[in-house]
Amino acid sequence: MSLDINTKKAKKNAYRISKVRGVGASRIRVPGGYLKAEILGMVQKIAETYGNGIVHLTTRQGFEIEGIRLEDMDAINQMLQPIIELLDINQTDKNGGYPASGTRNVSACIGNNVCPFANYNTAEFAKRLEKAIFPNDLHFKVALTGCPNDCAKVRLHDFGIIGMTMPQYDPARCVACKACIKGCKSLSVDALRMENHKIVRDEEKCIGCGVCVTKCPTRAFTRSKKKYYRLSIMGRTGKRNPRLGKDFLVWADEDSVVKIILNTYRFVKEYIDPNAPGGKEHIGYIIDRVGFEEYKKWALDGVELLPETIVNQCVYWDGIHYD
Amino acid sequence: MGYQIPREAADQLFGWLAEHYEILAPKVFAGEGCFSDTDVTRYGTVRSLSEIEFDKKSDYSFKEALLPVNETLFYFTEDQETVPAAPGKKRLVFLRSCDLHALKRLDAIYLENGREDFYYKRLREHVLFVLIGCPESCDTGFCVSMGTSQTGDYDLYLKISEETVWADCKSEELKAFFGRLPDGTCAETAVSPEAPSENKETVTLPPSFSEDILSNPVWESYGSRCIGCGRCNFVCPTCTCFTMQDIHYRDNAKAGERRRVWASCQVDGYTDVAGGGSFRKTQSDRLRFKVLHKICDFEKRFGFQMCVGCGRCEAVCPEYISYISLINTLVKEDA
Repeated sequence: MSLDINTKKAKKNAYRISKVRGVGASRIRVPGGYLKAEILGMVQKIAETYGNGIVHLTTRQGFEIEGIRLEDMDAINQMLQPIIELLDINQTDKNGGYPASGTRNVSACIGNNVCPFANYNTAEFAKRLEKAIFPNDLHFKVALTGCPNDCAKVRLHDFGIIGMTMPQYDPARCVACKACIKGCKSLSVDALRMENHKIVRDEEKCIGCGVCVTKCPTRAFTRSKKKYYRLSIMGRTGKRNPRLGKDFLVWADEDSVVKIILNTYRFVKEYIDPNAPGGKEHIGYIIDRVGFEEYKKWALDGVELLPETIVNQCVYWDGIHYD
Repeated sequence: MGYQIPREAADQLFGWLAEHYEILAPKVFAGEGCFSDTDVTRYGTVRSLSEIEFDKKSDYSFKEALLPVNETLFYFTEDQETVPAAPGKKRLVFLRSCDLHALKRLDAIYLENGREDFYYKRLREHVLFVLIGCPESCDTGFCVSMGTSQTGDYDLYLKISEETVWADCKSEELKAFFGRLPDGTCAETAVSPEAPSENKETVTLPPSFSEDILSNPVWESYGSRCIGCGRCNFVCPTCTCFTMQDIHYRDNAKAGERRRVWASCQVDGYTDVAGGGSFRKTQSDRLRFKVLHKICDFEKRFGFQMCVGCGRCEAVCPEYISYISLINTLVKEDA
């Protein structure tokens, strides 16, 4: 049987072309890895109707339905429609499946819906970002994590968003039990000390993890009303120069983070190598070529940072060089 | 004297009270709970009825209205000490029956246990108590078991709804405020406090325990789970221990102040003595000390149980150590 498949179009439609001729896989994005359980049943139905009954849980918290016949893509797109709608994914053609795949699923740790350490609702922020940046063919990887433990490994992403809280200390409620000092020393960065029976926080050392707040038995330490984020940029895996992301902003607000990511799309459109294979070039390599100063100019364009936000004016990356 | 008042008039009356008194009541501190996007209900100054949390039991008890977490006893310079002035305003403290029963325990410790405590007494003398009813039992309380579910020892009882406020006023001082309400807004009616007739939890204490309980394995089994954070003490309405801190001001070490600060028998340092000794080193020993103080040793001295069964320690423990299960195990095994 002859198969006439536009593979570029199929890939853009979130299908993988597998090593078995005529067989592919359907990729389902789940922003923040946060979904209603009823979607699992829908995924199961597609896998059992058109696939080989196997579903892979992807590293980016989506599903990949294995063993589908490439000629079934249109029928599968019909079955994907309720999933796309339930997850509120931006779409251009109803019943046409996913309109892009370059910008990857926004992944996140479980966040403060469940985790006692998390400093914000990672799923909500992931959904906000998904709405802002998808669909887009440019290759962007964004991940969010609730606290500096970084269970979501966001430093391996182009944009890694790490939740922070600015500890608020009320000396009138402090009983000098030292739970915060011990917690900060054993679980975090040892930024607290006692002077005159009260706590002194080393503001330069403090990473805003919130351990002092969770350890405090009297509510002397509480979280700031404002939620803060550390924005790590240009971490990556890959063949040439894998590396961990470095901090660009510390104590940033949500709006600034969203704006900077959107600005980066403009920067990439301006500077991407026109001959890049498949129109795909990692942002980090573009910045390496163009220079951080130029990137910074684009990234911060029109961004109104909080007065307390620290901007790292020069960011240098290291990592392993195979190139 | 019982009254039924439209909510609007009651709000006006509350405004007059707030002019005259510092009103301390349970209120929700949004976002100030232990975990992100969680609240805590604790005592704070309020200026309107709507600020008061009437429905949910406060996570921290009323005791900080009488025993500040930090209290400066005196300021000192080279040759002088100065006692800080007492608060200028009288206080109105809103609390539930369990907490009003706990007041009797605080009085026993600070007023009837040898010399009267100057600082406690001068605050206590200027406090009026407003009872919040409990139409149904909270989840962890066992006030019915401890005989603290009802009380008549209040100055004022208040029950509120969106439209109406019901009050039972026993204090002449407070009755004067009701008298200021416009004619026709304050209808006299019989009002009695709502109190639960049963709790979800039951604790039946025996008249006394045998000495065998000191070596019961329950202390080790629960103590090995305890992280010694002291939350159970800090939320307890009957824990009254404090420690002393002398502060020498940073810019002039010859001047400073002496404070007393809440202490916990579960936290490191509580039994430390000069020379580096410490009496209760393990959490098991500390847990045994606390529990037996609450349900046995205090009673031997004062003739009534210390624990009022508010259940706050049960609700706050991050390690899910159940004070209720622990006591019930002890009672069963000692029978």
